[in-house]
Amino acid sequence: MHGRSFLRNLTLAALVALGLAACSKSEPPKPAAPAPAPAAKVEPLKIGFIYVGPVGDAGWTYAHDLGRKAVEARFGDRVKTTYVEKVAEGPDAERVIRDLVAQGNKLIFATSFGFGDSMEKVARDHPEVFFEHATGFKTAPNLRNYEGRFYEDSYVAGVLAGMTTKTDVIGFVGSFPIPEVLRNINAFTLGARSVNPKVKTKVVWVNAWFDPSKETEAAQSLINGGADVLLQNTDSTAVLQTAEKNGKHAFGWDSDMSAFAPKAHLASCALNWGPYYVKATSDVLEKTWKTENTKWGIKEGLTTFVKVNDAVPAAAKAKVDEAKAFLVANPGAVFRGPIKDSTGKEILAAGVVGDDKFKGEMNFYVEGVEGKVPAGK
Amino acid sequence: MNETALLIAATLAAGTPLALAGLGLLVNERAGVVNLGAEGMMAIAAVTGFAAAFHTGNDWVGFAAGAAAGAAAASLFGWLALWLYTNQYATGLALSLFGGGFSAFVGTGYVGKKLEQSAGVGIPGLRDVPFLGPALFRQHPMVYIAIAIMAATAWFFYRTRAGLVLRSVGESPDSAHALGYPVRQIRMGAVLVGGALCGVSGAYLSITYAPMWVEGMIAGRGWIALALTVFATWRPGRVLLGAYLFGGVTMLQLHLQAQGVQIPSQFMSMLPYLSTVFVLVLISRDPLWIRLNMPASLGKTFHPGS
Repeated sequence: MHGRSFLRNLTLAALVALGLAACSKSEPPKPAAPAPAPAAKVEPLKIGFIYVGPVGDAGWTYAHDLGRKAVEARFGDRVKTTYVEKVAEGPDAERVIRDLVAQGNKLIFATSFGFGDSMEKVARDHPEVFFEHATGFKTAPNLRNYEGRFYEDSYVAGVLAGMTTKTDVIGFVGSFPIPEVLRNINAFTLGARSVNPKVKTKVVWVNAWFDPSKETEAAQSLINGGADVLLQNTDSTAVLQTAEKNGKHAFGWDSDMSAFAPKAHLASCALNWGPYYVKATSDVLEKTWKTENTKWGIKEGLTTFVKVNDAVPAAAKAKVDEAKAFLVANPGAVFRGPIKDSTGKEILAAGVVGDDKFKGEMNFYVEGVEGKVPAGK
Repeated sequence: MNETALLIAATLAAGTPLALAGLGLLVNERAGVVNLGAEGMMAIAAVTGFAAAFHTGNDWVGFAAGAAAGAAAASLFGWLALWLYTNQYATGLALSLFGGGFSAFVGTGYVGKKLEQSAGVGIPGLRDVPFLGPALFRQHPMVYIAIAIMAATAWFFYRTRAGLVLRSVGESPDSAHALGYPVRQIRMGAVLVGGALCGVSGAYLSITYAPMWVEGMIAGRGWIALALTVFATWRPGRVLLGAYLFGGVTMLQLHLQAQGVQIPSQFMSMLPYLSTVFVLVLISRDPLWIRLNMPASLGKTFHPGS
């Protein structure tokens, strides 16, 4: 009988645990600017930011927060920014966004793909507030999206990876199989094969944006599979550190991660959101805000390829500079025909450059990537 | 061949934190105490261990600090559950949630900090044996320590008088009390050992496995360790094997992906729990199984003098 009551209690406990885990928490917004503006002045523009990770993640969210600081530095007393960090993608985000609206924020930035549906709902209810969604695709009269041409950095990283690899196998740690991530995998592969046609890319999915242990395990299994240069679309420094431990190479992602792996670090695909956030804020202040899809890349300085390791040979550096110069002259022209998918079917004919629709709906691997895109997303 | 060796190596590394925490919880449960706070204790230990290793530059100081932090968190649980007679399940759950929040709160300053990594050394002489070297003998010392702890636990349980007393406290605290054994003190000792081992496990995750601290990095491993004790039907050797099995399933799935074989990773991540439910069903159907291995007074509050 004792056994039975233990089992019953355990089941009960597991159910309670599940229930509690479902109501995931989020922190109250932290006021970022201390003292309120004196009464005589014009009311400052209140700007809210919603982050998917912690600001100290040294990656995606950290880069966005640098952008927020750039807005504060640029506009001073004219703006008052607030952020909410570690907001779960999904329904919880809607509550947080409504909270920010209720607090009087007139410009709201949501910095992850999974906030899109919530943004759209709240935007419909609050036409007086301007909404900006990073890496999204939905628009409304008061909702627009902005995004980096991250795949330009992935392409340049691919070029460097193709010049560096000794095994002709490179690896990619993927988060979720969505077009944004597939673009990076494909650009990475195209870049590598542009300088070294023998290169093959192995992909491992971890189904998380931020899970250091899982990222470590994924990186290790890629290295075990023969990959000697890794790139990741996840947000921690784990892949880079695993490469360092194994004496292989990898790249920083989202921000400059050179300090985490002095030997393994080939370069960082760093994001610089400041210029866009300053522009968006000034659009609202100058009343010139209108709906659009902004996509900035290497040319505009949103995606930057920084801190190329001193140990990289001059020939490889020259190839990197060449690729960068090409993308500055031809923004977004990573996907230009002829491109075949991994089954050998021609996707883009010679001379054709993939348009926004092509890139936005990407759901295949290019030739050179092993395996199949997981179904379901 | 070489890839198989590396897969085995990765499996051992992935199973070690589960084994450490699982063995700690096993000691708890053999004394009749269920501490569902494993996840919280591991989180507190992970941040404490990381901080200690970060400031001293010595991983072993970090592991010791992690063990101390785990034991400290467990002592809170023990005091509540053993002396104030709170419900063990509710108290453990509370500790689990508290640990998650508390570790995030004290750890904000350590997010994004870097820990110096020492290269793995392995066992001299054996590390260069073909196949077996890369598979078994190039691990972090903690991997071997976990195996040693398993052996020590088994020896303690089945070969020492103190182990017999501990088990009898888990089977029938009233009888043990009548014989003059200090039931609550013995249970507290078991709870502290359990907390310390969970602590070492948490510190291993933040210092060695993925050397960084972020909130939520334990990511359910405490719950898997709890499930593991049931899965192993409360036997130390099976806890270790189960830990490698669960670690191996994760690594195999990633390994297969790298080979271009797709298995839904979501399916793989539910497998440990599914197999635990399966074992629960099996042992619940067989009263003998339960009587032989499951501590009879598991999870029940003991009132001395009642």
